[in-house]
Order: sequence, then C-alpha cells, then structure tokens
Amino acid sequence: MATDTPTKSPEAAAVPPPRRASGTGRDRRGHQRLLTRRDRITLGLMAGVPTLLHVALVWVTALASVLLAFTTWDGIGFDSIKWVGLRNFTQLFQDNPQFWPAVEHNVIWFVVLILVPTPLGLFLAVQLDKRIRFSRVYQTAFFLPVVISMACIGFVWQLVYNPDTGLINSIIGANEPGHYIDWIGDPDLNLWAVLVAASWRHTGYMMILYLAGLKSVDPSLREASALDGADEWQTFRSVIFPTLRPTNTVVLVVTIIEALRAFDLVFVFNKGAQGTELLSILVTNNIIGESSRIGYGSAIAVVLLVISLIVIIPYLIATFRKERRA
Amino acid sequence: MQPTSPTSPTFPSPARRTLLRGIAGAAALGAGVPLLSACGGSGSSSDPKTVTLGSNQSDAVPKKAYGDIYTAFTQQSGITVKVNTKDHNTFQEQINSYLQGTPDDVFNWFAGYRMQFFAKKGLASPIDDVWQKIAGNFPEAMRKLSKGEDGKYYFVPLTTYPWAVFYRKSVFRQHGYQVPTTWDAFVALCKQMKKDGLVPIAFGDKDAWPAMGTFDQINFRVNGYDFHVQLMAGKASWTDAKVKAVFDHWSEILPYHQDGFMGRTWQDAAQTLVAKKAGMYVLGSFVGQQFTNQADLDDLDFFAFPEINPAYGQETVEAPTDGFMVSKSPKNHDGVVKLLEFLGTPAAEEIYLKGDPSVVAASTNASTASYTPLQKKAFEMISGAKSLTQFMDRDSRPDFTSTVMQPGLQKFLQNPKGVDGLLSSIERQKKTIFASE
Repeated sequence: MATDTPTKSPEAAAVPPPRRASGTGRDRRGHQRLLTRRDRITLGLMAGVPTLLHVALVWVTALASVLLAFTTWDGIGFDSIKWVGLRNFTQLFQDNPQFWPAVEHNVIWFVVLILVPTPLGLFLAVQLDKRIRFSRVYQTAFFLPVVISMACIGFVWQLVYNPDTGLINSIIGANEPGHYIDWIGDPDLNLWAVLVAASWRHTGYMMILYLAGLKSVDPSLREASALDGADEWQTFRSVIFPTLRPTNTVVLVVTIIEALRAFDLVFVFNKGAQGTELLSILVTNNIIGESSRIGYGSAIAVVLLVISLIVIIPYLIATFRKERRA
Repeated sequence: MQPTSPTSPTFPSPARRTLLRGIAGAAALGAGVPLLSACGGSGSSSDPKTVTLGSNQSDAVPKKAYGDIYTAFTQQSGITVKVNTKDHNTFQEQINSYLQGTPDDVFNWFAGYRMQFFAKKGLASPIDDVWQKIAGNFPEAMRKLSKGEDGKYYFVPLTTYPWAVFYRKSVFRQHGYQVPTTWDAFVALCKQMKKDGLVPIAFGDKDAWPAMGTFDQINFRVNGYDFHVQLMAGKASWTDAKVKAVFDHWSEILPYHQDGFMGRTWQDAAQTLVAKKAGMYVLGSFVGQQFTNQADLDDLDFFAFPEINPAYGQETVEAPTDGFMVSKSPKNHDGVVKLLEFLGTPAAEEIYLKGDPSVVAASTNASTASYTPLQKKAFEMISGAKSLTQFMDRDSRPDFTSTVMQPGLQKFLQNPKGVDGLLSSIERQKKTIFASE
C-alpha cells in the first residue's frame, strides 16, 4: 500500500534517540566506545527487524503487484502466470465501465472532504478552543465517530438510509411505492449519501488535529493582535490561521490518504454498486474472492499506487527540504 | 441462492482497517499472523479412522443437519468425520488458496461450472469409484451435473432447491387471480395487481445476485437451455439479438418490480411478500426462511416462471445443487470413499432433510413422506425438469459474473434504455476474461 509511506517515518525516527541520548551525557569522542556489543546487537535488531518487515511487507509486495499487473493469473499455481504486457491497462482504460467512474469518485471524495468536514472541523476546533463550558463533552461527542470502526459506521448509516425501514425515509414518508428515495441504490444519490457518513466521521478527525494545532499557538500572538485592535475574525484570519500552517499540511495529507483509501465504509454500505465505485473496491472485487483476476486487479492497484505517489512525493520532497534547511 | 453469494452483512473490513490504520511494523506483524494461519487447512492426521471435512455450512440449521449425517455415518462405519466449519462467505472467498494449501479430505461445494473449474485445475480428485455404487440413486440430470468436463465424476450431490415465482395463496384467492402460464397472462396479472394496489413483483438487488436469477429465468424461457449454457460458457455472444430479446422482455415487466430495489436486500423484499403487500417474488425456495409464522409459511406457494417461447415451454428449472467434492490428495482415501458412498444414499439425504426442510433431496429415491406440500411441489418440479441449471454465478466463470455481470445487470435495472451499449461492453469484457484461460 502506498499509503504506508508516511507511517514509515515514526519508525525511522525511533532509532536515533538512544544514540543522541548517550552522546549528550559524556564526551563526544567516546561516543563509539559507549556502545557495547550488546547495545549494537540491540540496535541492530531494533533497526533490522522493522526494516526487514517493512521491506518484505511493503516493498516486496508492492513490487510484486507491479510485476503482476503485466500478467494474467488466476491464483492457482505459479506456472499459470502469463505475461500479457500492457493488455490489462488498455482493457482497464478502454473497456472497463467502472474504472473512470471510480477515479472520478475518488476525486470527488477528496474534494468533498476538503470542502465540507475540514472547514467544519476547524470551526468546531476554534469554538472548543475558547474554553466554553462542557467543552470536554462536546469534544468527546464530536470525536466519537473517529473511534468507531468504518465498517460499523457503514452499517449504521446503511440502516439510516434503508429505503423501507430506514430513519430518513420513514420520517419524510418516502417509503411508499411511487415515492421511494433510494439513498443506497440510486447512482445519483448514493455517493452523496455515503459522503455524508464519511464527512460525519472526518469532521471529528479534523477537529482533533486543528485543536492540537490551536493549543500550540503562542498566546502572546493573540494578545499582540488584541492590542493592535484586531477583532476576532481578523485575529483568526491574519494571525492564528497562518500559524496553523504545519497543521494544514498534515490535514491535507491525511485527507488525501482518506480519499485514496476510502473502502470499508462503501463496501459495507453497498459493496461499491453503480454510483459508488472506488478504485480500492475494484481492486478487491477483482482479486479477493473467487474471481481471482489477480493480474487485472493488480493493474488497478498500480494505478492507485501511481496516483498516491504523485500526491505523496511532492509532500515528502517539501518535508525533507525543510528538514535539511533546519 | 443466498449461500452462494457474498451477501450477508458481516464485516470483512475490520482486519483490513487495522492493517491500514496501525503503525506499520506492529500492525503488519499482528495482521500477518492470522493471514498465514488462514491459509492452512485443519488436521493433518492420516489416521485411517478419521476423515476431515471442510464445511461452509456455518448457519445453525444446516450445520446441525449436516452434523446429524456425520454422526449416523460414524455409527455405521466407525470412521469419525472431523468437520472444519468456516463462515460461508469466507469459505467461498478463500476457496482458491484453501484448495492449494492443505485442504481437508472432503469439502462442501456446488455443482456446475465452479465445480468443473476446480476439477480441471487438478484441485479435486475424480470419484468414479464412488459413483459405481451410487449412480442408481440419482436421476440423469443429477448425474450430468456431477461430472467434470473430462466426463469423470467429481461431485456427490446432496440437496437442491428450485427458483420459481413465489406467491401467497390467500392473496391470489382474495383477488381471484389465476396462476399465469404464459408471458401475456403474467404481464396482465402484473397490471391487475398494480391496479389492486399491490406491488406486483417484490424485488431487492442490493446484493447484486438476485437480478441474475431473473435474467436466467427469462433467458432459458426465451432462448432455451442450450443457448443459456453457451452464453454462460462464454461461447455465445452477448450482442446476439437473442440476448437483446431477453432484456426487452425484462424491460416489459420492470415497471412492475418493487421500487427502490437497489438499496433493498432480498430479506427485506421477502418481507413485503410476508406482509401481503407484494403479489409475487421471483426467488429460490429459501424465501421460505423469511416466513417465521407457520400459518404464513403454509400459505406460501409457487409456480414455474411462465412460458415465453413455446419451443422451450417450461422445460428448464434452475435448481442450485449443494454437495461434496474430494480435494486433490485426500489423506484417508478409503475413508473418503466410504463417506461419499454414504452421502450418496437416500438415507443420508433423509437425515439432512429432517434437520433442514427448506430444500429437497437430490436423489429421486429419497423418501418424500415427510415433505411439506411446498417441498413436494419443488421435488416434482425438479424431477420433472428436462434440464437443470444452477445459477448464473455457478454456471459461469465467477470472475465474469462478479466483476462484469453483477454491475452490468444493476446498470440495466437503473437504465433499461441503455441496453445496447451495455451489451457491447459486456461482450468486450467477456472476451478478455474468457480468453485468459
């Protein structure tokens, strides 16, 4: 999964601290000698085991699926793998009626998440940051959907949207013949219905990220802008928001990842039926289960990988450049 | 058909979710272990007194009914059957890797293309020796269903059930409806029901497979069994005018289908029949599972899908058949042969039906004395059929039905006018899938 790339960093970062800790205490020339044999073995294991796992579970599998994307394979015996060149891709781009809608839906997913729940989460965070009464209660309430598994969210919302017995149709009386609103099935509606559920969850996530960002804003900045006579909106727009830049970057990356890996919610909701096709669901439908079109499914996965890379690489370059400058 | 398709609202996602969300190393390690262990089968014993059996019958009723058969077998032969039950959908999704790993000696499976596929891939053992003893118990249609493409036997059928048009006797009596035997009468009945304020045909296609059942019915009524088989095998063309005719017929009755079907499960659709809000329902006899009240169940009846083309009448019945297969290298071959010979007897089927009355025996020699009227009718319908089909996803390549036909048919249901473009798209995709053999 390409989305694993950013999670790599905490691991890599986990290695240096012990060295630094041992280096700061005593003289720097003795730095080498301070590491006993045992330390070195421990360090080697600490770095080696995760690296090995990472290489085996991320790089090898990713490379294998890139290679498989140029083959056809039913998953039975390695001798049934056949090289077909670019055929999977031409079929995907030309013949698969679900592919382009899936790409479009992934993009819509991202745009909606950025436009609706993100500002909403920021708004909630700003309100909660004002230390209003019961702020902990609100905080918990808004954050709760993030804690619930996506599959459960999909299941719950599917009950809400059920055409016959669902909450919405029952309230507005749309469960009579002739008046049906098919929230789950109608291809013009179902993506938006499922995005409501996704946004419901994403808002809480964004709120927590922004809240953390707001807590780290230096209070003297607010003071200074208040002394300059700025009103609340001006303070927020010209002072607070610019200092939230690192948080915004994280939010952007997190949202892109959410949009690209969107899967479980929709899979439980309606299995990615017409109107809610997503790349991740196409991969699953082709590879998992009896269908076993492993080559073809891998081709879709490669497309997803390439999109992820296009998005993630500029972010990584920017991050590393900043680190080097620092 | 419910068991065949990945349908029920179980949650396959949490495991994947953890994998994605977790911090790379730890989560990958944690998830890797169950993945690996899921590949292995169960016991590796070569004990001559034990036969292992991989079961997909995870629902309480069939699980117990199958258990009763194995108990009877142990009493008779002294051989223990060690059953390894897996969730129905999981079993199906993992079948490829399961059969390639260390599978159990015997496993539950379905007749039809899917069975032949594994036979051809060398993942199942031929059982001609078993059939020398049990062939007399089965009608010709069942024998045909149990053979692989090479003409050898690979499958022992146990139970079967028909697809048909289900209705409530009391509703038909109340409105004075007659069971339609021709297409025109069927369409006229739909019209009348609509006028009488009923939903003519209950329908729910959220799980994407019920539509395949309707397609099958119309197709073999319009074009006959042979064409249906060729179409399913990827030999006939989907752009053929014959296929177009199927969709034309379907479009004619589509306005009489229950609204909002894309978001409805078959269980919810069946409830409208239970509540007498719907007049008819095209489904398998497992629809009876939704009739929890005995009086309602007694009121349930069915008729064969009406004749469309007089050349083919009502000669074909869709009767998905469940049974057993033997894995590629069973550890206890003699025990397996004994078990399958037992499973192929009417006695074994009768034991099963005592525990699960929603299906009928595959053997024509099994006693019908304990059958409910509905079962008797189903039994007669199946044994009187000239040809039996399984179901689209059992009669064709699973990759084709799940990735092309399920979304394709849903697209048709949403937009019946776009059928020409849809059919050429299906044909293009079919060619590439069937070419990759």
